[in-house]
Amino acid sequence: MKVAVCVKQIPDPAVPGELDPSTNTLNRDDKLILDESDSFGVELALQLVEAAGGGSVTLVSMAPRSEVSGLRTALAMGADDAVLVSDDALAGTDALGTAKVLGAALGRVEPDLILAGVESSDGYTGTVPEQIAGVMGIASVTFAKKIEASDGMLSIQRQTDDGYDEVTCPMPALVSVTGGVVEPRYPSFKGIMAAKKKPVDQVGIADLGIDASAVGFAGSRQETVAVVDAEAREAGEIVIDEGEGFQRIADFLAELKVI
Amino acid sequence: MSEEHEAFRAMVRDYVEREINPRIPQWEEAEMMPLHEIFSDMARLGMLGLEYETEFGGQGADHMFTVILAEEFGRCDHGSLPMALGVQVDMATPSLAQFGTAEQKERYLAPALRGEMVASIAVSEPDHGSDVAGIRTKAVRDGDEWVINGSKMWITNSVQADWLCLLVRTSDEGGYQGMSQIIVPTSSPGFSVSKKLDKLGMRASDTALLSFDDCRVPVGNTIGEIGKGFQQQMAQFVVERLWAAYTAVGAGERALERTAEYLRERKVFGEPLLAKQYIQFSLAELSADLDLLREYCRSIAGRHDAGEDTTRQATIAKLKAGRLLRQIADVCLQYHGGIGYVEETWTARFLRDNRIISIGGGADEVMLQVLARMDGFTA
Repeated sequence: MKVAVCVKQIPDPAVPGELDPSTNTLNRDDKLILDESDSFGVELALQLVEAAGGGSVTLVSMAPRSEVSGLRTALAMGADDAVLVSDDALAGTDALGTAKVLGAALGRVEPDLILAGVESSDGYTGTVPEQIAGVMGIASVTFAKKIEASDGMLSIQRQTDDGYDEVTCPMPALVSVTGGVVEPRYPSFKGIMAAKKKPVDQVGIADLGIDASAVGFAGSRQETVAVVDAEAREAGEIVIDEGEGFQRIADFLAELKVI
Repeated sequence: MSEEHEAFRAMVRDYVEREINPRIPQWEEAEMMPLHEIFSDMARLGMLGLEYETEFGGQGADHMFTVILAEEFGRCDHGSLPMALGVQVDMATPSLAQFGTAEQKERYLAPALRGEMVASIAVSEPDHGSDVAGIRTKAVRDGDEWVINGSKMWITNSVQADWLCLLVRTSDEGGYQGMSQIIVPTSSPGFSVSKKLDKLGMRASDTALLSFDDCRVPVGNTIGEIGKGFQQQMAQFVVERLWAAYTAVGAGERALERTAEYLRERKVFGEPLLAKQYIQFSLAELSADLDLLREYCRSIAGRHDAGEDTTRQATIAKLKAGRLLRQIADVCLQYHGGIGYVEETWTARFLRDNRIISIGGGADEVMLQVLARMDGFTA
């Protein structure tokens, strides 16, 4: 079974991020790391290949400056290889442009199944996976919490507000994976040492047959017109507990109709 | 530092934060850690036996990986696990790895590196801790067996240990002569744990007084050469001191980070405590001292990898690490004020746990004695 996982390499969330004031886009000049929301897809892919008794897990990513740090983390977890699209012309690419680029890169991999996180932890558009499926003309299933594959078919538990839907669809398909549904494995010492020898196929947009005018700031149909500070949180009400604090809490919750 | 070192550091930091720290309150409460379970899980990720031969389950890594492992475990919410881990990988097993036979390594080292066996190092005695030449526990040969009598004190991991690397007298030569290192399975007849010790700190670590009453083990369990135990143990002490210094770097680093974080939030007379220049300067000075220790340790790591004798440097690092951590623990607690003196705040445990670094593995005074001798400050 051949599984491809879309992984994003993002600025370290532990370090306060900065926006470029001229473009309103996130500054990505520092080292990038694997988006934690994609580690669930990597783990599910590894589990599916193990369950299938063989196959491969290929990572597909788009990042500036040929950045591979985040890819190495996922390779250390056990993925076999990676395709990295890196091109100066990609700066400023919007969600749809990203989907076109990743779709073209995934086309080279020809996977049975493509996994992606529901949304990235830096951009949060939450639209790229479905757009990739649209660009590639394959089935798309969202919010998966469990995936099983057999005889060319996928059985997916799709998370909903009330529980989950059971969905089946033929492969190839793209499935977005809800964060937290599996426990991503830690890269082992051996995995870390092996990761540096695993192949990363680095390609530019010309290799994918994409014209520079279709991507980057030039091709972007999405524009961040303004960035404003979030409203400061108002101070809460302080209640001094004089033995009846519990009652005040109960009344407050009742007022909210929570209880 | 290579990309692989950085990746390993990121993995260990994540592991400590997610898998270790949440369980520490429970272990502190129980005054015990399930070491077989913890070590087995760590072994799965290759964290045990980093520098040992791959043939026996080691990883064949360079020494910098050990530095990173120790620094990151030093950032734990307590000192007990970093100490227990140090005993397992850098105090009880180095002699076996260096001088042991293939059969001994297969039987004792490999299971220890898989986390299936817990190991202890048994050197100190009730009346002789840092004064190793004074130890009295004795092994007398009876055919193919050693018959051991005596007691060992302050033995970390020993309540749950599967085997001990025991230093005993095997002849009557006295002083530094006639000692041997013997692997003693704790299932051996005549071995018993006399008492689990109630300590000021490192409360989750099982430290005990051990008794040997006609305890019989095969002579084949002797590590290296009979009679060379003291010399072999001295080499083992060097890595023990290094481990203590490396963990102190991580522990001190996190303590200063946490204190600064608290002082940034804590407002007194309308401004954060961290706005006070006196506090800024004292934290900056401790951070500078810690940086000297960090860089000194890394320089030792390089020498260690090059095969140089690092006895002097390890002694200095251990001495300075113990003293610096005592200072950091005191200052961090002080700046927390009353809240720093209660058990809910990390500072109380930090002060208790790290006090041991100036005592265990050779007290500060012993480190100074070694240095005075090595540097010629004797008459």
